[in-house]
Amino acid sequence: MANTLQFDLVSPERRLASVQATEVQIPGADGDLTAMEGHAPTITTLRPGILKAISAEGTKTYAVTGGFAEISASGVSVLAERAVPVDEVTTAMLDELIAEARAAASSAVAANRDSAEKLVNDFMVLRTATGH
Amino acid sequence: MPSLKDLKNRIGSVKNTRKITKAMQMVAAAKLRRAQDAAVAARPYAERMTGVMAGLAASVGKSEGAPRLLAGTGTDKVHLMVVMTAERGLCGGFNSTIVRLARAKAHELLAAGKTVKILTVGKKGREQLRRDFGHLFIGHVDLTEVKRVGYVNALAIAKDVLSRFEAGEYDVATLFFNRFQSVISQVPTAQQIIPAVFEGAAQASTVYDYEPSEEEILADLLPRAVATQIFTALLENAASEQGARMSAMDNATRNAGDMINRLTIQYNRSRQAAITKELIEIISGAEAL
Repeated sequence: MANTLQFDLVSPERRLASVQATEVQIPGADGDLTAMEGHAPTITTLRPGILKAISAEGTKTYAVTGGFAEISASGVSVLAERAVPVDEVTTAMLDELIAEARAAASSAVAANRDSAEKLVNDFMVLRTATGH
Repeated sequence: MPSLKDLKNRIGSVKNTRKITKAMQMVAAAKLRRAQDAAVAARPYAERMTGVMAGLAASVGKSEGAPRLLAGTGTDKVHLMVVMTAERGLCGGFNSTIVRLARAKAHELLAAGKTVKILTVGKKGREQLRRDFGHLFIGHVDLTEVKRVGYVNALAIAKDVLSRFEAGEYDVATLFFNRFQSVISQVPTAQQIIPAVFEGAAQASTVYDYEPSEEEILADLLPRAVATQIFTALLENAASEQGARMSAMDNATRNAGDMINRLTIQYNRSRQAAITKELIEIISGAEAL
């Protein structure tokens, strides 16, 4: 049996998951990364994307946006502003988020426009990935 | 001396009042449990957030390029007070204690020659502060329609607070709310959120790699941390409100019970007196014959 690490997924309102996982795939702001047992301690911000936790009970996937992940050798805690199991994601929910991001992008000042537009794109990718 | 009929009516009305306060107490107890559960469920997020922010703030905070949300604007001339109260009354001293703390703070700041702006959350505090500080109000958040406080509500308040900060409307922001300790004890608290203060800083046990850079993460997380603090305050407040209402209504129920007992005794005495009087009249009438 592979070594495991403690995986916690927390949203502001409640704890969504707390399991022993063998690996956790995280959509980091600078690219995806996979945390396994013994990972160097890292803190990364999240971009909107799919978080995948693989444990003995199977694979769980969540759509997450906004927040950060704290990785240490023995555990990963992901603090996401919004986190929803992938099969509960609805088109309406994504549309709302995309509209919000678009509005932010169009009103953003030049310096922030790039990151705001990147956010819109991330949401679009997320929509394709979840099949809506 | 009230007549027997008056007393009877009075007892009836106090009994009705007791029923109402009893019902309110039970409703508050149920809501309190839900509010407490929500507060407990939100705790892991807030704790981790504060922990990470404390670490980040300790390493980046002192440097030149620290974000303004953390370092402040360099002055403290204009203060924003976010006063959080309930939307409803009948909850004992809950609203008044917050308002009293906020009022004292406002007077203190004004006396020191600072400018004060007030943002109210919940209409009870707004009503109580209007007379003295009505001219300082810059906004109001209405939560009347909100059944359960969600993160969305906190986010909306945070957005308002942050956009005002970016527009340079104030230098320091403080939250006023009641911290929930127990059903009978709520502590009015003033918490500074901008520039951000993170207590229990730097347990720097692990050295983290940061991706992207520490500064970028900090800039990304600070607004979220503000929203989280507001959310925590809202939840604490909600739990405190129900706790305060519960104990206030418990007292009211008990007082109504006492009052009923007193009135019943009075009623019985008067009735007895009336009977005695009639008997005396009959007897003395018979003797006169």
